[in-house]
Amino acid sequence: MDVLVCVKRVPMVGGRIALQGDRRRLDTSLLGFTVSPHEECAVEEGVRLSEAAGGSVTVLTLGPPEAVEQLRTAISVGAHHALLLETDRDDFGPLATTRAITRAIEGLEAERQSPFDLLLFGNEAADTADYQVGVRVAHALGRPVATGIKHLEVGGGSARARRTYRGTEELFILALPAVVTVKEGINLPRYPSLPGRMRAKKTVVATLRPTYEAEGLEMRSLAVPTTERRSAEVLGHGVEAVPPLVELLVKLGVIE
Amino acid sequence: MTERKTASAVIIGAGIVGNSLAYHLARLGWRDIVLVDKGPMPNPGGSTGHASNFIFPIEYSKMMFDLTTDSTAQYKELGVFTESGGIEVARTEARQEELRRRSSVAKAWGIPYELLDPAGVGDLVPYLDTGVILGGLHFPTVGVVDSLRAGTIMRERAQESAALTVDASTEVLGIDVDPVTRRVTRVRTTNGDYDTDTVAVCCGVWSPRIARTAGASIPLTPIVHQMISVGPIPLFAHTVGEIGYPIVRDVDTNMYERQHGGDMEVGSYAHRPIIVAPDTIPSIEESALSPTELPFTQEDFDPQLAQALELMPELLGDESVGIRYAINGLISMTPDGHPVLGETPEVRGLWSVAASWIKEGPGIGRAVAEQMTHGGSEIDIHEADIARFYDFQRTAKHVQERAAEGFNKMYGIVHPAEQWSRERRIRLAPMYRSEEALDAAFFQTAGWERPHWYGHNAPLLERYGDAVMAREAEWESRWWSPIINAEHLAMREACGLVDLSAFVELDLTGPRALEVIQKLAVAQMDVANGRVVYTSFLDPKGGFKADLTIMRLGHEHFRIVTGGASGMADKKWITDHLPGDGSAQLTDLSSAWSTLGLWGPRSREILAGTTPDDVSNEGFAFGTCRPIEVDGLSVLASRISYVGELGWELYVPIEQGARLWDTLFEAGQPRGLVPVGIGVYGTTGRIEKSYRAYGSELTPDYDLVEAGMTRPKVKEQEFVGKEAYLAQREREPVATLCSLVVEDHRAADGRARYPIGGEPILTTLGDRITDAKGRPSYVTSAGSAPSLGRHVLLSYLPTELAVEGRELLVEYMSERFPVSIALAGSAPLFDPANERVRA
Repeated sequence: MDVLVCVKRVPMVGGRIALQGDRRRLDTSLLGFTVSPHEECAVEEGVRLSEAAGGSVTVLTLGPPEAVEQLRTAISVGAHHALLLETDRDDFGPLATTRAITRAIEGLEAERQSPFDLLLFGNEAADTADYQVGVRVAHALGRPVATGIKHLEVGGGSARARRTYRGTEELFILALPAVVTVKEGINLPRYPSLPGRMRAKKTVVATLRPTYEAEGLEMRSLAVPTTERRSAEVLGHGVEAVPPLVELLVKLGVIE
Repeated sequence: MTERKTASAVIIGAGIVGNSLAYHLARLGWRDIVLVDKGPMPNPGGSTGHASNFIFPIEYSKMMFDLTTDSTAQYKELGVFTESGGIEVARTEARQEELRRRSSVAKAWGIPYELLDPAGVGDLVPYLDTGVILGGLHFPTVGVVDSLRAGTIMRERAQESAALTVDASTEVLGIDVDPVTRRVTRVRTTNGDYDTDTVAVCCGVWSPRIARTAGASIPLTPIVHQMISVGPIPLFAHTVGEIGYPIVRDVDTNMYERQHGGDMEVGSYAHRPIIVAPDTIPSIEESALSPTELPFTQEDFDPQLAQALELMPELLGDESVGIRYAINGLISMTPDGHPVLGETPEVRGLWSVAASWIKEGPGIGRAVAEQMTHGGSEIDIHEADIARFYDFQRTAKHVQERAAEGFNKMYGIVHPAEQWSRERRIRLAPMYRSEEALDAAFFQTAGWERPHWYGHNAPLLERYGDAVMAREAEWESRWWSPIINAEHLAMREACGLVDLSAFVELDLTGPRALEVIQKLAVAQMDVANGRVVYTSFLDPKGGFKADLTIMRLGHEHFRIVTGGASGMADKKWITDHLPGDGSAQLTDLSSAWSTLGLWGPRSREILAGTTPDDVSNEGFAFGTCRPIEVDGLSVLASRISYVGELGWELYVPIEQGARLWDTLFEAGQPRGLVPVGIGVYGTTGRIEKSYRAYGSELTPDYDLVEAGMTRPKVKEQEFVGKEAYLAQREREPVATLCSLVVEDHRAADGRARYPIGGEPILTTLGDRITDAKGRPSYVTSAGSAPSLGRHVLLSYLPTELAVEGRELLVEYMSERFPVSIALAGSAPLFDPANERVRA
């Protein structure tokens, strides 16, 4: 059971987002970086599958040199191998990303002389939210894909992937090799352990330089939507707060 | 329309400090206080919110110890303190010695402690690998606090007494200052303006930014302290409450490990200093966690992981235990590591209460509230006075360089005399080149490079042989040289020339100059022109505020001379007492005048050889000053001495200082003159004479009577602290300052050891000594007395024990050495009749 998980380095933002002067980039000077919660779950799911059935987890990202940080984090929670498609370009959109990733996967699979049993993606990236790369990679490789998955079982040459769509639970049975994009909630990702972190530090991360193939879409500028300033109301302190709290919960239909 | 409101005081910042200040001001009777914070209550997003919240009672400074002790008592009273115990572990021999040294400090201050071998540490901390340590120092009274809860209780108490209004989520837009009086008038906020004459900046890492809106500076910088929290740890699952095991300070790796519920918090001061400019701290809205919990930079922490794993391999090496929280937490650091407290010198009514840790926050709140109310505080916080800084020390570069250098010393083995390596050569005396040529060992005071001893004098070591009292052990030889003692002996034998350029000279002039100085000085200042007066200033409660000499140069002209270290605080104290109408003026001439000390039995003939003026005892009496001509220079000569010798302080315009040095140096050569460093001036010269030093013997903890500095009469004029001083004179003193000599220096390993200050004085049975007021007896100053061939210790002792000849013990490096009281009271050990000074 060999799994490949794709992740994307994204800034960890607070409540308000600041743009750089050219309005084409976020101001990340004071921000940390992470991957989307969906992708954290994808890594966790891959690790759990390999723990249960044996095999390996490879984690792949396309991004700047610093994205090695996100790969090492994945290794510290149990991934085995990592590949960085290193680029300084910031205009890799869904199409160009798909082409670069597809090519890299084809290369890896040729090297190992077998396809990965499962390619896992997050349902969408935390920053651009294109919802595209997983589906496009599946299409390019000619493999079945299920998206928005919140429950996954693998065995007997197939994957059973479930999701709830408009109140209805859907079950997809995909023949392996397959592609699945997962959503937060499929599992509760673990935290990196200290020994895991030490391993991650020592792991050699393979690096390739992807070629950029033009996008159909071009990002011209970013705008930060105005959001209403939210405020909280203190219902009371101590025991005195109980009646208004009960009243509110009744009003919201939480209790009767 | 902007709403206008009034407040007796506006406190900005609702962290541990602001809440504590509000509470104590309310307790002292203040009403209409307003507490403003841009964040929400109870955790507005400052450093209090991410603090590790543990308190070790041991400190490197008595002030910090007192503040921590008071804070701990307050946390206990608030019901938020949990005692856990704490252990500092040693991985190296040098650290083992440091722990023994610290155990003696603990003994001096009355802190319970126990030195442990590795197995003893293992008994208390079963998950620690005792194979990597050599020993530990256990403090059973270490504990953790809930600082957010403490702040909330204090804030609510102030609100309950109807003294305090709280404006949460309210940003300060600026502080307005009256351009004429330089006093605070208004605080502008997003929730309206407050008319007020008192503002306290309790903004932690944001303090410089807020103070700047009023035109004042608070010299501190935000710096990153990394911390991770690892869990859930199976062993901790059964802990009742927050903590069940002692906190471990792995000081040799600059780390600590502290249980927090089911997690282990691992904090580090080992990583590279990461300085953050106050203006770049993100806003609350932009922050992923909080403005002071910046994104963790893993690569900076990685080397620490291995060290933590080494110390606690099973507990932290458990694969099921994860790093659940990791931050680059912002804390405040100052150029000298001390907090920044008190009214700013730039703006009246603007108070800085910044750069406090959780461990001293409540104590600082109380002390500053007392100062705001009475002008003095029970705990002496002069070391933390914001007025201590010179302008160069307020520059961003200086603050950042010193903070960066200090950061990795947080758990370091820091010698009391340790010198900074960054930001040196700031202030150079006019004779600096000559001093360099004489191979001076420079120590820095107030930015001045001051020769502590001269390598040039090394040949004197042979001349004086054993009399230089060479030291065998490394610690007390560090930042020290036997050349100091050789210079001392040469000065006593012939003459020494001392560079005193670091002196602060403040000229007080104008029709009401006498009135002002009379109001401040304990001594009678209405003296004849040309008199030099040695005096103390007191605070309103009778504690020492300053210790200095004043020359009356004219009917309306006084020159106040004080030390470089305390000069800026003294300047503020005097400035605060100037009349508002300009009828008395204070001018800082420190950078205009250079001072040389010429002392020793042959100083008169040396000086006489360079001047046509009469410098005989009849022509130039002790305690007088006047201009004389020296080799074509006009020099203000003042016949006083801090080293107990005949001689003069010689003041010249700074650009002529080099010439005066050269003239005296050359004239003195045939008569045995040697250049003498501050090692003599600051320690050996004065200690032989039992001269007291401000900050060591002269602190607000003791009064003039106990220090043996009363004069027969009290002047009839009013002065600050007079009432308290009169009461002191009425009381029988419960402590007396004594000079002790070490009778036997041999330690168990056969080496002679020399205490250097801070050590406890014990009874012959080894018991601690405290006086009727509970003040412990410890060494306030220590040094060689080469003329006596003895090592002298100054210490306050309970008056009933202060009997000459009495035998006691001093504890140093956890060993005990016999001492005896050589003198009780103020008489000097050397030249008791003061014949030399008055020769």
